[in-house]
Amino acid sequence: MTDTYLNLVNSGFTKKLAKQLGLPRPAVLRRHRPGAPLVPGPVLVLHDDASDPDADALATRLLEWDLDVRRHATGDDRFGAVVVVLTEAATPEALSAPMLALGPVLKRLAPGGRVVTVSRPAASAGSAAAAATRQGVDGALRSLAKELRGGATGNGIVVADGVPVTAPSVAGALHFLLSGRSAYVDGQLLPVTSDAGTLPADPDRPLDGRVAVVTGAARGIGAAIARVLARDGATVVVVDVPAAGDALAKVANEVRGSALQLDITADDAATRLLQHVRSRHGRLDVVVHNAGITRDKLLANMTAEKWDPVVGVNVVAPMRITQGLLDAGALGDGSRVVCLASTSGIAGNRGQTNYAASKAGVVGFVAASAPALAQVGGTINAVAPGFIETDMTARIPFATREVARRLSSLQQGGQPVDVAETIAFLASPQAAGISGETLRVCGQNMVGR
Amino acid sequence: MAARETGRPGTTAGSGRGADGATSGGPRRAVVVGGNRIPFARAGGPYAHSSNQDMLTAALEGLVARFGLAGERIGSVAAGAVLKHSRDFNLTREAVLGSALSPTTPAYDVQMACATGMETVVGLANKIRLGQLESAIAGGVDSASDAPIAVSEPLRRILLDLARAKTPQQKLKAVSRLRPAHLAPSAPTTGEPRTGLSMGEHQALTTAAWGVTREAQDELAAASHHRLAAAYERGFFDDLLTPYRRLTRDANLRADTSVEKLGGLKPVFGKTLDTPATMTAGNSTPLSDGASAVLLASDDWAAEHGFTPLATVVDAEAGAVDFVHGTDGLLTAGTYAVARLLERNGLGLEEFDLYEIHEAFASTVLVNLAAWADEEFCRERLGLPGALGTVDRDRLNVTGSSLAAGHPFAATGGRIVATTAKLLAERKAAGGGTPRALISVCAAGGQAVTMIMEAA
Repeated sequence: MTDTYLNLVNSGFTKKLAKQLGLPRPAVLRRHRPGAPLVPGPVLVLHDDASDPDADALATRLLEWDLDVRRHATGDDRFGAVVVVLTEAATPEALSAPMLALGPVLKRLAPGGRVVTVSRPAASAGSAAAAATRQGVDGALRSLAKELRGGATGNGIVVADGVPVTAPSVAGALHFLLSGRSAYVDGQLLPVTSDAGTLPADPDRPLDGRVAVVTGAARGIGAAIARVLARDGATVVVVDVPAAGDALAKVANEVRGSALQLDITADDAATRLLQHVRSRHGRLDVVVHNAGITRDKLLANMTAEKWDPVVGVNVVAPMRITQGLLDAGALGDGSRVVCLASTSGIAGNRGQTNYAASKAGVVGFVAASAPALAQVGGTINAVAPGFIETDMTARIPFATREVARRLSSLQQGGQPVDVAETIAFLASPQAAGISGETLRVCGQNMVGR
Repeated sequence: MAARETGRPGTTAGSGRGADGATSGGPRRAVVVGGNRIPFARAGGPYAHSSNQDMLTAALEGLVARFGLAGERIGSVAAGAVLKHSRDFNLTREAVLGSALSPTTPAYDVQMACATGMETVVGLANKIRLGQLESAIAGGVDSASDAPIAVSEPLRRILLDLARAKTPQQKLKAVSRLRPAHLAPSAPTTGEPRTGLSMGEHQALTTAAWGVTREAQDELAAASHHRLAAAYERGFFDDLLTPYRRLTRDANLRADTSVEKLGGLKPVFGKTLDTPATMTAGNSTPLSDGASAVLLASDDWAAEHGFTPLATVVDAEAGAVDFVHGTDGLLTAGTYAVARLLERNGLGLEEFDLYEIHEAFASTVLVNLAAWADEEFCRERLGLPGALGTVDRDRLNVTGSSLAAGHPFAATGGRIVATTAKLLAERKAAGGGTPRALISVCAAGGQAVTMIMEAA
């Protein structure tokens, strides 16, 4: 659906008017286009003193991607991105120099620019001072992301102690966060917990040769996921309820995949899914549990008819199917399970106790299932969309919708493709070191974490 | 009499080697991989503004999606329609071009009244068995809503003369022949051109001749609805059907109907006969809109694509009767064709796990059953030593048939073949062996196409 306001403040007379009136001016986001440069300008690498070696290693990685890498903010170039390496910072005072160096550069960020911090997790810090420092990075990052304008975003990669910054998943996460694929990911900290994974031979087709299943793929976010996975090289099996079969067939034929009309809450859903995928393709690499429903009602007026199906579809079915696939030995080395959570599940939303229970349930489910997937060499993660422009959000009353759209650092709703891009990243071979996480795709929505 | 003829059939998928024709030496097997149809609608309903091409394309698109065939070249697509616009001279090819199939997929139209869908399966299966095709899609479509309406015969001649006229005088002469009455359009009817009787009136004659009761017809109709509803309930159609225009089930289906409810309907056919009229809107098929498609293949092609064949097309036989002179009922050709089909394959009527007899009218099915069980008829008309046999009603139209689903003429064959193929595969998975099915679909013009299928 179109965001008329966004179009108005970005073109012609109304653009000028909005500027003079000081109205919020959401930017047209820089999204991925095959063949487009990874970042819209040179990349500046900053670091604290102790993190110099890691900064060198990451600068080398950026050079491998043929980027114009700078170590000092001299001259008056506009930067495409700034990578701030703080992995070895041990005292809160150590953050001062790199942060103060970053400050003036923010005004020189190109539209759609990126700030990416690379740090270590506070939870495993060796000292209280180190924990304070590491936690401090999180606060600084989330705050600076709120300062950025012009569609620029700020995100962080939190690399577990013992995992080198040269790990494939650090490179993968960095590539994703710098690229247009992460257009609507803002203010997030993405933990990398292992050095597993491989970088794809062709960064434009990381899923070449992989077979992916997407549930709820007849329309909206699910259809966008199918398209992006297919674009990235995957063979896609799209799944939806039989009643949505006509829209599903269109998506299947568009992505040159196949359609499976299946109620995911059926007892034999995992068996039927597996039967289809195994006979046709002989393998299964990626499962995206996207199917979801809402039955909004204040808890005071809630009924079992509105509560049970929401929990059944949104969290019980993904759990049962994932377990069924694990039991059948269908998820092997390199397998990826990606679920759909929601910011409603993280922050809560009036009238959505059932939905929030299911979506928060997904967050818990993926966190608890990471070890089981690790045993077979796979990962499981969730993506939590914020306000996304879909048929579902188009039904929200106008005023409520306008407020919901603007309540984020990017001052606009995301597109289904933004969610899909993040899922495609988590499904890729270079994301092997990320598991059990729930990554928000919300434009740094003001609610929740 | 013509009906006594036992000559070799003109249309057959068979090798003449019996039901085990797939064994070494004969032609290879042609298998049914799966099917797809759109829900059938009643005429004037949700598909009122959908053309045959729209619906056939939708049926193809669903099939392509189910089997992941986007961009693939299929050996041949054959389909057809009974009520057909003259502009649809290349209906099937146009539907293929509008689908996600490779534009290098050849296609042709077939037309054999209500047996059109069956005949497309027979022809394509034969080509597969002969090695001329590796893959094929058979199908059919009909719209009783979007039917062609022609101008009257006098007006048509005047317009053609006008087009040929060169001088103003000639043009004026042509136009001067025009009369107001010529402007009345002529719509298609279900009337038989040689008798002027509608199909229902023809069947009413047959019904009366065999003394089929109202109650027996209503019982069969109620069973059709109940069985089709049960099949939907258990998700049987989840991989046989793709919704279309917000319809997710056949619009004609009445899950809550009963013999009592059907018994309350007024008869519509046979009201001028001496015997009581028994045929109602409830035990006759309604005019319908819909489309179906069936994916056929060689075993090799199916295996290469990771498809598990459901069933094989073993043999087929067409029949025709002389209904014009009243020798036989319009819709009884299946009784003759089945007798020949069984003889050629060395099979008895009881040796089938499933029977699919198209429910043009409830009494069509009942007359078939009565004829096969009738010693005199089988001896005198079918040239058999005695009765052909009886059909176990628990094995007949087990997921309902046209009375419940509706009957878009050319689409019915594809519906029945795909449904039967899946039923056979289910039976085999449950009980092993090689379950076998007999299909009979009657058609206007006193014709029928019958077929034997086996689980693959």
